[in-house]
Amino acid sequence: MSDEANKGLLSPLRRKLLMGMAAVPVVTMLPRASFAQAPATSAVNTTGLAVTDTEVTVGILHSATGTMAISETGSIEAEKLAIEQINAAGGVLGRKIKFIQEDGASDWPTFAEKAKKLLVNDKVAAIMGCWTSASRKAVLPVVEQYNGMLYYPTFYEGLEQSKNVIYTGQEATQQILAGLNWIAKEKGAKTFFFIGSDYIWPRTSNKIARKHVENVLKGKVVGEEYYALGSTQFNSVINKIKLTKPDVIFTDVVGGSNVAFYKQLKAAGIDLAKQPLLTISVTEDEIDGIGGENIAGAYACMKYFQSLDNPNNKAFVPAFKKMWGEKTVIGDVTQAAYLGPWLWKLTVEKAGSFDVDKIAAASPGVEFKGAPEGYVRIHENHHLWSKTRVGRAKLDGQFELIYETADLVEPDPFPKGYQ
Amino acid sequence: MFGDYSIGDLGSIFVMQGFAGLILFSVYVLMALGLAIIFGQMGVINMAHGEFMILGAYVTWMTSNVFQAYMPSLFGGYFFLAMILAFVASGALGMLVEWVLIRHLYKRPLDTLLATWGLSLMLQQAYRSVFGAREVGVELPQWMLGSLHVTDSIEVPINGVFVMGLTVLITVSVAYVLYLSRWGRQVRAVVQNRIMAGAVGINTEKVDRYTFGLGCGIAGVAGSAFTMIGSTGPTSGQLYIVDTFLVVVFGGAASLLGTIASAFSISQTQSTLEFFMSGSMAKVLTLLAVVGILMLRPQGLFALKVRK
Repeated sequence: MSDEANKGLLSPLRRKLLMGMAAVPVVTMLPRASFAQAPATSAVNTTGLAVTDTEVTVGILHSATGTMAISETGSIEAEKLAIEQINAAGGVLGRKIKFIQEDGASDWPTFAEKAKKLLVNDKVAAIMGCWTSASRKAVLPVVEQYNGMLYYPTFYEGLEQSKNVIYTGQEATQQILAGLNWIAKEKGAKTFFFIGSDYIWPRTSNKIARKHVENVLKGKVVGEEYYALGSTQFNSVINKIKLTKPDVIFTDVVGGSNVAFYKQLKAAGIDLAKQPLLTISVTEDEIDGIGGENIAGAYACMKYFQSLDNPNNKAFVPAFKKMWGEKTVIGDVTQAAYLGPWLWKLTVEKAGSFDVDKIAAASPGVEFKGAPEGYVRIHENHHLWSKTRVGRAKLDGQFELIYETADLVEPDPFPKGYQ
Repeated sequence: MFGDYSIGDLGSIFVMQGFAGLILFSVYVLMALGLAIIFGQMGVINMAHGEFMILGAYVTWMTSNVFQAYMPSLFGGYFFLAMILAFVASGALGMLVEWVLIRHLYKRPLDTLLATWGLSLMLQQAYRSVFGAREVGVELPQWMLGSLHVTDSIEVPINGVFVMGLTVLITVSVAYVLYLSRWGRQVRAVVQNRIMAGAVGINTEKVDRYTFGLGCGIAGVAGSAFTMIGSTGPTSGQLYIVDTFLVVVFGGAASLLGTIASAFSISQTQSTLEFFMSGSMAKVLTLLAVVGILMLRPQGLFALKVRK
């Protein structure tokens, strides 16, 4: 016990000495500016966050176990890559990022509990995390109560906005409208058949899509079907599709059902090369499970594809594969998760502080030119300006870019006329 | 709702809808058979049934990878070998589990529920650690993809026909083993009166182990076959477990015929309802009907008279 006390008393002095000793060779051999200019901790951290002179701690909060691990693994990998790259480039305000990873275990109360632990016990400066809307809804009151900062990567249904959250994925209108416009124009589509999993995201997305089809495109929705999460039998609905012969099948089926749906569609003799299908729930990650041969020809509406041809992405994809293996694929959400740590770093540097209030205030207008999707900017509503893209699935599980909006699409989480 | 369609269209849709119902029926029978043996014959509530299925699916995936890498010319036939391997792998794991865990719990049937649920969580995490959290894509030989072109508007999915054939084959084999073979007589004797069966010289422990292994092995074959129509991931087994119990409980435990009758009525109800309303509504109505019937007839459709 007395040792502990002595150590406590001595430590500031010892740390200074050690730092001084460490700094000598560094300064003489590699005169790097970043350390010398790192602002004092007391100035950049006035609210008691886990920031030291050399380190800043952030939290990663995803499901590494349970049902959602399938989807969230990619996000964890992307966030770790971003943190490593930021550290290699000198860190944030001269401080290395250290992360504490917690497992939400696909269980929403666990997410809330772990978020509280990260904010209260670990005093993390920001949390990169959550995937499903349910987990975000569970974490939201926690980050608001303890004034944390959450970077949320998934495309989602919208109808939410918080000072304490930056939404790095698309809200529903950003994802859906441009894709519908494109397919209506390109394929002359007039009739649409909607099929989705039965929970909030597909239902809200389809509601927005229906309003758009009926009011803007002057088309007709000839069927709207929902199947319980985890359903594996789609033969009846496939028959209905055959009967109604829609110009476009519009799907937001998720999880294991997705695999069953495309396999059965193919087995039923529906050729996606002739029957246009537009999905907003299949990324490269999902195709791994579905199998390229079952979905080739389908169109997906996303903001990022692994195959995007731009300099940022050409650096990002090899870096990701180098860290996580040659066989890994990168889907839309994985890329959005990669944006989180970078946007946070840029915002901290713009605000000149780690304080959450200052970051929340400084976020609008922060732009990230190194984004693999091209270029993104944070909107006043804490969502991102980003392009909408349509890709066609190929046999090898990759998408071929078919269309992208000319300009960035404005995020509109509370769309008027669509509710 | 049919006003807009021609008679020909409607006719072919009804034919295909009939097929859809039959395919659903085969899927239900296949996934419930293993559980019907374990739950019906042994009274063990095996919550890890889905995980035994997924073991079969992973074995199939590994077999397909091996064939692709070393014997691409024989790839067209790998599925048959994969199903046999799936049976062996799941059956062996089942026997091991019976020996380590289940045999200590025969007198506490409700505890098997908790123990096997724990086992299912452990298996899920084991799959995740070994095969990764992401789903794997099982590549099928070309001849198993697509559909048989009957007429212009009637197309029958080949994998559906395959599942139907497999279901018939396995059901007949199980019925033969249980009702006509010497071993089956032993199993039924143990079910009806364990003490007396032991007294006449039947090795009840051995019978239990092989019965459990057989049930798990059939689950493995089902899992292998379902790689054609569903997903293969660490938690995919959970997709089947509810429907499986529904079929077995509704049919009346301890009765093979009951399982088949229940799978038939549930699948036909569901697939007909699905055609006239949304998928999730159809499921709700099917479940309501099942609950209603079970309230009137708690023992299920067919009940075996057992001396208590």
